[in-house]
Amino acid sequence: MGAYFSEIFRGLQSLAIGMGITFREFFKPVVTVSYPMETLKMSARYRGHIELVEDEKGQPKCVACGMCQRACPSGCISLASESVEYEVEEKGETKTKKKKVLTKYNLNFTTCSLCGQCVENCSFGAIDFSKEYNLASSRKEDFHFDLLQRLKERNS
Amino acid sequence: MSAPIHIQPGETFTLNVGPQHPATHGVLRVKLEMDGEYIVHAETVLGYIHRMHELMGENRTYPQVLPNLSRLDYLGALGYTHGHVLAVERASGIEVPERAEYIRAITVEMNRIASHLFWFGAFVMDLGGFTPLMYAIQDREYILDILERVTGSRLTYCYYRFGGLYNDIDDEFIPATKAFIPRMRESLKKYDALVTGNIILQKRLKDIGPLSKELCRKYGATGPVARGSGIDFDVRKNEPYSVYPEFDFDIPVYHECDSFARYKVRMDEMEQSLRIIEQGLEKLPDGPIMPAKKPKLIKPPAGDYYQAVETARGSFGIRIVSDGGKNAYRFKLRSPTYSNMHLFDEACEGMLIMDALALMGSLDLVIPEIDR
Amino acid sequence: MSLTVLNAIIAVVIAIGFAALNAAYLVWAERRGAGRIQRRPGPNVNGPLGLLQPLADGAKLMTKQLMIPGGADKALFMVAPVLAMAPAIMSFVTIPFSDVIVAKSMDVGVLMIFAFASLGSMSILFAGWSSRNKYGVMASVRAVSQAISYEVPMLITVITIVMMTGSMNLHDLAVSQAGGFWHWNIIPSLASPLMPVSFLIFFICSLAETNRAPFDLGEAESELVAGFHTEYGSMGFGLFFMGEYANIVIGASLITILFLGGWGCPFGLFPSVFWFLLKIYLLIATFIWIRWTFPRTTIYGLLNLSWKILIPISLFNLLLTAGLLKVF
Ligand code: SF4
Ligand code: SF4
Repeated sequence: MGAYFSEIFRGLQSLAIGMGITFREFFKPVVTVSYPMETLKMSARYRGHIELVEDEKGQPKCVACGMCQRACPSGCISLASESVEYEVEEKGETKTKKKKVLTKYNLNFTTCSLCGQCVENCSFGAIDFSKEYNLASSRKEDFHFDLLQRLKERNS
Repeated sequence: MSAPIHIQPGETFTLNVGPQHPATHGVLRVKLEMDGEYIVHAETVLGYIHRMHELMGENRTYPQVLPNLSRLDYLGALGYTHGHVLAVERASGIEVPERAEYIRAITVEMNRIASHLFWFGAFVMDLGGFTPLMYAIQDREYILDILERVTGSRLTYCYYRFGGLYNDIDDEFIPATKAFIPRMRESLKKYDALVTGNIILQKRLKDIGPLSKELCRKYGATGPVARGSGIDFDVRKNEPYSVYPEFDFDIPVYHECDSFARYKVRMDEMEQSLRIIEQGLEKLPDGPIMPAKKPKLIKPPAGDYYQAVETARGSFGIRIVSDGGKNAYRFKLRSPTYSNMHLFDEACEGMLIMDALALMGSLDLVIPEIDR
Repeated sequence: MSLTVLNAIIAVVIAIGFAALNAAYLVWAERRGAGRIQRRPGPNVNGPLGLLQPLADGAKLMTKQLMIPGGADKALFMVAPVLAMAPAIMSFVTIPFSDVIVAKSMDVGVLMIFAFASLGSMSILFAGWSSRNKYGVMASVRAVSQAISYEVPMLITVITIVMMTGSMNLHDLAVSQAGGFWHWNIIPSLASPLMPVSFLIFFICSLAETNRAPFDLGEAESELVAGFHTEYGSMGFGLFFMGEYANIVIGASLITILFLGGWGCPFGLFPSVFWFLLKIYLLIATFIWIRWTFPRTTIYGLLNLSWKILIPISLFNLLLTAGLLKVF
């Protein structure tokens, strides 16, 4: 009999303790962020989709070596380049040299796993993560980014 | 509370719990043969979210598999990636700088707390209490914020590299973690008062869902499930890896074998993880985070390699058979919840559906990890 | 004659209005309250403080298609939600909100309310049974066994009070407690020293009777998906939802009248409808607070609680009160 009542009593006590906790929480300030009205600042290392990095002249640093393409586990980078001849003054004489120029750098973000292999494997620091997280669309094509185009748009 | 059941033929009906059901937390299907509210026979059906991670591991180069591991268990991803890098490092004989190993251990333990917190919330939600989930998510958010600042992602981390880390910790990591520890201890006290002590919860968990030691052994259960049944096994202690031998921590073991024991194991583990983090921050050495010399191309010598780690859900093993090439010849993952889940079929027979689903909650299932 | 008919119609219209308004805004209050307990704002976008949220919810529910699952028992399926709402509204008719505000004061008011309340479990049974869903059937069976076991201690407690007051008229019951909180039934008196316990029992039973957490076994969303209303959408679901909240208001009103002095002021001054509303909304706030604090009980835990704890104690209280009434 004693055990019976003490169990009821202890049970009621535990319920009262729980209610006390929720009562106190009720008066504490709200911790959430009302998303579209308020936003949080992304941390410096936040990994958004990748973005081409530009040099001082506003041109992509990328030399189209293709390392990132090969490193990517999901095959979401596709790039193309063409050789252009250009002239340099070297020791007083004009020489014609060839260099690769990036003509296309596409990212298929739908399969990207944000692993960072591309960024890590680029020896030229030519790509970096963006801080973009507001991505939403009902069409797949909206996530096929033309990074070269985006770079131009950023600069204009 | 199970009662002996005497079923006449044709008196049972089939109840499909899942593939979409609130209690399975993912696309798991349990086919239950029911007699009223009692379960006569259960059959778990897998395959709804199979993504062939093992095959992917075999036709990609070693570094390319890195992101896959965090997609197994999205709640405690760092533990799985830790196992993977350790296995490959062991296979190809890469030395890891001490600082990197410490940071790995600290972040893995943070992730373990985050995972247990989420389990705690989801489990209480399975039992019908919604508010603790919100409190747990709040605390987990602090961890995710800290980890995001270091790793760049919040859930599916790809932070560890063969030989070290993607990048070093930032300046805020240590103060933020130090501030987090006392806050988490406060919260654990709150959970104790709000949930653990609650009479309704105790009535629902104590002596419910017994999993005997033999059953756990039979199905190869590990992690908190086994430790709640009195099996004192934790890879961190029994087969030490990384820098765990340097830390002083206990392995909580309960012998009651019921759902409440499993609950208590996880709650105590959070406290132990906090201890490890505390010690790790104290001992954290300076130095590089990547070895000075590391092969450019990872090509482990031909052989058979195995590495087990203790993740939030149990012992995760990864076996790599190498033929000396760029890809693994065989890439086998031994995921803990796969074994833990399979004892459900046998354990839930004769139980009420309510208790069976509480038992399932206490197993801490993450479906993508079962169904790799 | 025609005047009484008109009276009745007006009374019912007012009751429906009151019930619907309450249901709509209690949902809002519940969501806001739950939000604050969980340290988030709750609905706050539609209108100031989210006050237009019920309208938005209502518009959403009403514009949805009413689906009847294949193989369902159509007639019962359609009747069930109405049956959830109608008795709740009917019960309002006999509840006295103050000395004068009462649609129809009946000598058997208490009985009538309990009769209607038990119709509520019929609606759950119909809903679960007719929707041809295994989860629904299991939920409805649970709900009925729950209703059976909780009406017993509830009625025993009411008998205790009726015995003390000597009336089953809700108006008389409230009047008998007039003049300050020390006259209220919840305060133990010589004839009934266990009244606070009775109050607790009645309160717990009201929670169970209205299918509120921690006794919401009929819904048990983590086990039975959505319980008896798994197959309901649109306004069918809406009626169940409103019915639940209307029942909560009735439960709170009953507790107020039986134990907390009805419309009387705690200090014996200015009895008015204001006090009545204050009391029932405080009680409802407690209901909400409880719901967002505790996990759900099991079906056997619930039956154990009823048959092993509530019924013996309330019976003991009944006998004790009966004996003491004879003495004093
Ligand atoms: S982050 Fe990884 S998956 Fe994404 S583009 Fe770079 S290498 Fe490919
Ligand atoms: S981004 Fe870097 S790795 Fe990729 S092609 Fe350009 S230079 Fe090479």
